[in-house]
Amino acid sequence: MLLCRRIRAKMVLLSGLKKCRLLRLFHHIGEYFLMVIGVFSKPEKLRIYLQRTVVEIDKIGISSLGIVALMSLFMGAVIALQTASNIESPLIPSYTVGFTTRQSVILEFSPTIICLILAGKVGSNIASELGTMRISEQIDALDIMGINSRAYLIAPKILGSIFIFPFLIVISMFLGIFGGYLVCALTGIIAPPDFVEGILLDFRMFHVVYALIKTVLFAFIITSVSSYHGYHTRGGAIAVGRSSTMAVVYSSILILIVNYIVTQILLI
Amino acid sequence: MIEVEHLSKSFGDNHVLKDINFTFEPEKVNLIIGQSGSGKSVLTKCMVGLHQPDEGEVRFNGRAMDKISNQERTEVRKEIGMLFQASALFDSLTVQENVMFPLQMFTKMSKEEMLDRVNFCLKRVNLENVNHLYPSETSGGMQKRIGIARAIAMNPRYLFCDEPNSGLDPNTAIVIDNLIHEITHEFGMTSVVITHDMNSVMEIGENIIFLYNGQLWWKGSKEDILATDNPEINAFVYASKFMKSIKEVHKKGI
Repeated sequence: MLLCRRIRAKMVLLSGLKKCRLLRLFHHIGEYFLMVIGVFSKPEKLRIYLQRTVVEIDKIGISSLGIVALMSLFMGAVIALQTASNIESPLIPSYTVGFTTRQSVILEFSPTIICLILAGKVGSNIASELGTMRISEQIDALDIMGINSRAYLIAPKILGSIFIFPFLIVISMFLGIFGGYLVCALTGIIAPPDFVEGILLDFRMFHVVYALIKTVLFAFIITSVSSYHGYHTRGGAIAVGRSSTMAVVYSSILILIVNYIVTQILLI
Repeated sequence: MIEVEHLSKSFGDNHVLKDINFTFEPEKVNLIIGQSGSGKSVLTKCMVGLHQPDEGEVRFNGRAMDKISNQERTEVRKEIGMLFQASALFDSLTVQENVMFPLQMFTKMSKEEMLDRVNFCLKRVNLENVNHLYPSETSGGMQKRIGIARAIAMNPRYLFCDEPNSGLDPNTAIVIDNLIHEITHEFGMTSVVITHDMNSVMEIGENIIFLYNGQLWWKGSKEDILATDNPEINAFVYASKFMKSIKEVHKKGI
């Protein structure tokens, strides 16, 4: 804790040097990591934190089920349609459509694109909720009561998202592939048994594990980055809007960067 | 007792508080007054630990906030109740849940005991049958009283009120002032009230400090404030025609 205070004192010094963008970036990175350390400190009452985590699972995850299902179904259908329409050579077997749809959905569409969408929906929600709490002094009220406001407000969001996002992504995978199957069955672009053959061809469980590892990392990024922007909101209503936008922008950028790094490490 | 010694605080080049020294006695309503931007809110935030002072210290019954461990600081904070200017009630919780919140976090009371305490606190601030309303469904005056109920739920030794009358009509403002005065003496608390409102000063000011340009300019009681010749405090106190007329009456000894 003493070390944290010393680092914070240095951060305050650095924050004074606002002209230097690089120093400001380091200031934000330092503040972010200090926040993450503060989030995972000992809770005042574990039972209440667990209750709040369940509430957050509902708020962050269950309420996003509709948009995830809709997006997945249509994107799976479009992937199947586009793959089928681009295969002109008779040498390429028709089950390729099923294979491509499955690979696209499992490796990239479900974990990355759905998480980018969730960064918009969940990230802006978290940043505006915490930002409003900050400007209306509700966070100060928690601090004065002796409650670790970072842990109380942010930890349940991070834990809740890390728990529920993998379920959402697995559902998205099923629905994406089902969307592809449905379009085959309805339009007859390829025979549904051929599509199923493609789905089963050379299936590797590791690809699902890889997707879920990415999902957990993205869940952490979305909730922690959005919480950082919301928690550190200063000013009024305009600042809340700005925090909300920053949360979505930075979460999305970090998702893309981490996606590249994890893919390089795990698949290559 | 709250002691503030050589407290200074700056934000960049802006020296908001300059070497502030005072003591607030228990069982008294202590007022911090001053013009907008004089440093009242920053001083209060330094006192409750929301801002870290650059120099000096704040002691609660001898416990210096910057020299005690985190756990001890949390214990001191449990002894502090605060009413915020905009009440700062948790808008996702009902009135009952708001008042019950600190009890749930820090006590091992049963649900029935907590409900009893909540009802006692709400009754003490003259609120009944509001338990299941949300803060947005209550008036500004009610929100202030709910804020006070939440602040006294843990039986605090220190009560801080940041402009408790702002945005309230004169009648409700007097009700809130009297409530703060009553509970201060009833529960033996040290109350600290930040205000601009001269009605409040004359109503409940037992010990008053006046901040001017970040400095402690004057201290005294509500009786002293009418008699002082300090030009800065006179400019503040007698800014309104109503207060000027009181001064005339006071001078004439009517």
